[in-house]
Amino acid sequence: MLTKRIIPCLDVKEGRTVKGIHFENLTDVGDPVTLGQHYAREGADELVYLDISATQQGRNTFTQLVERIADGIHIPFTVGGGISSLADASRLLDAGADKVSINSAAVARPELIGEIAQRYGSQFVVVAIDAKQRPDGEWFITTHGGTRFTERELFAWAHEAQERGAGEILLTSMNHDGTRLGYPIPLFARLTAELRIPVIASGGAGCAAHLVEVLTAGGADAALAASIFHYGETTIAAVKRALAAQGVSVRI
Amino acid sequence: MIAIVDYGMGNLRSVENALHRLGAEYCLTRNPQEILRADRVLLPGVGHAAQAVANLRESGLAELIPNLRRPVLGICVGLQLLCRHSEEGDCEGLGVFDTFVKRFPDSPEAKVPHMGWNSIGNLDGKLFRGMKGGSFVYYVHSFYPALCPDTIATTRHGDSLFSAALKYENFYATQFHPEKSGEVGEQILQNFLTL
Repeated sequence: MLTKRIIPCLDVKEGRTVKGIHFENLTDVGDPVTLGQHYAREGADELVYLDISATQQGRNTFTQLVERIADGIHIPFTVGGGISSLADASRLLDAGADKVSINSAAVARPELIGEIAQRYGSQFVVVAIDAKQRPDGEWFITTHGGTRFTERELFAWAHEAQERGAGEILLTSMNHDGTRLGYPIPLFARLTAELRIPVIASGGAGCAAHLVEVLTAGGADAALAASIFHYGETTIAAVKRALAAQGVSVRI
Repeated sequence: MIAIVDYGMGNLRSVENALHRLGAEYCLTRNPQEILRADRVLLPGVGHAAQAVANLRESGLAELIPNLRRPVLGICVGLQLLCRHSEEGDCEGLGVFDTFVKRFPDSPEAKVPHMGWNSIGNLDGKLFRGMKGGSFVYYVHSFYPALCPDTIATTRHGDSLFSAALKYENFYATQFHPEKSGEVGEQILQNFLTL
């Protein structure tokens, strides 16, 4: 039986790993390859590396870093951040990435999903969605770290991404991201019920029980978290033991 | 020397990296002489099965590969093209393995593509030396090889029990990705290198 996946997310800026609450107040937490190997040993099922470099030089550094990651890590990894064209995706595939995660570029030009999927297969394309609940209760897509609403409604966009060839959806609730209060469970339960493709839950984990909840009641196929692992609030092994205790299939 | 067959099917880098970590000597090639000389042949592949078979036929390797006498390891689409037929693009394979490649049925309990870590059971033979049933390996695929007499490991996805690995004479193949399967995958590759 397919296991539920636990995925640490590593934010990378100018070649170094960082993590910030609400993408601000960034704190350096080490070398991306070393940290990735540490998580792989701990039982991470995949890794996500997100490039948050603001400069072209940072982007170039990231491509070289992806080559080092591919050489040093023996589990699958996804890379994201600033991917806006098929050429960007190709460059990262050539560097050794197993998947690319596209976000605002797909919102701006949805055809990009199909272009990458047709060239390299759906399994290579993760569509990341930053969604936020409006005061009227509806969920809409945001850009710029959750500060700007778009005209796209979450569920309609997730379906569109799936139809265009996304292999997975990585959904972050910007209402919950950085709060450590847990994931929005009803939101994930609805999305996972509606989509054919796997859903990765992101944003809001504060303890192992939150990951367990989103993978059981929330129905998510994978849970992504950053701070709780980076700051040692819990370990991947502890999360997996908690899941196994609930009868959830995990790789231990 | 291990020949990694480069026939234009996706990224070979992860296979190269895995062999590099094991300290093995390898080359990327589509040269028939180099492939014939190699001690081991790796046939990776990511992408569309019909395209993979077409690429192999174009490069002239479709006749050569089934006649190799050294150990050959097909991975993912590299496995599928060694079967008799695939539903992906309704294509004839090279027919080394006496089985058929089918598409997983869509189901809410068993999403397609089958992507992630799943366990292997009914392990049979040297490729799995030193390993226990229930070990986890990494999969990314929508089409699967049906069970057959060549099956040497099985995996279940939803209602489908399929061939996780196949063996016929000197031909081995895994539907999963040993190069992405952590320590378990490294053990399988190491076993293949020391068959």
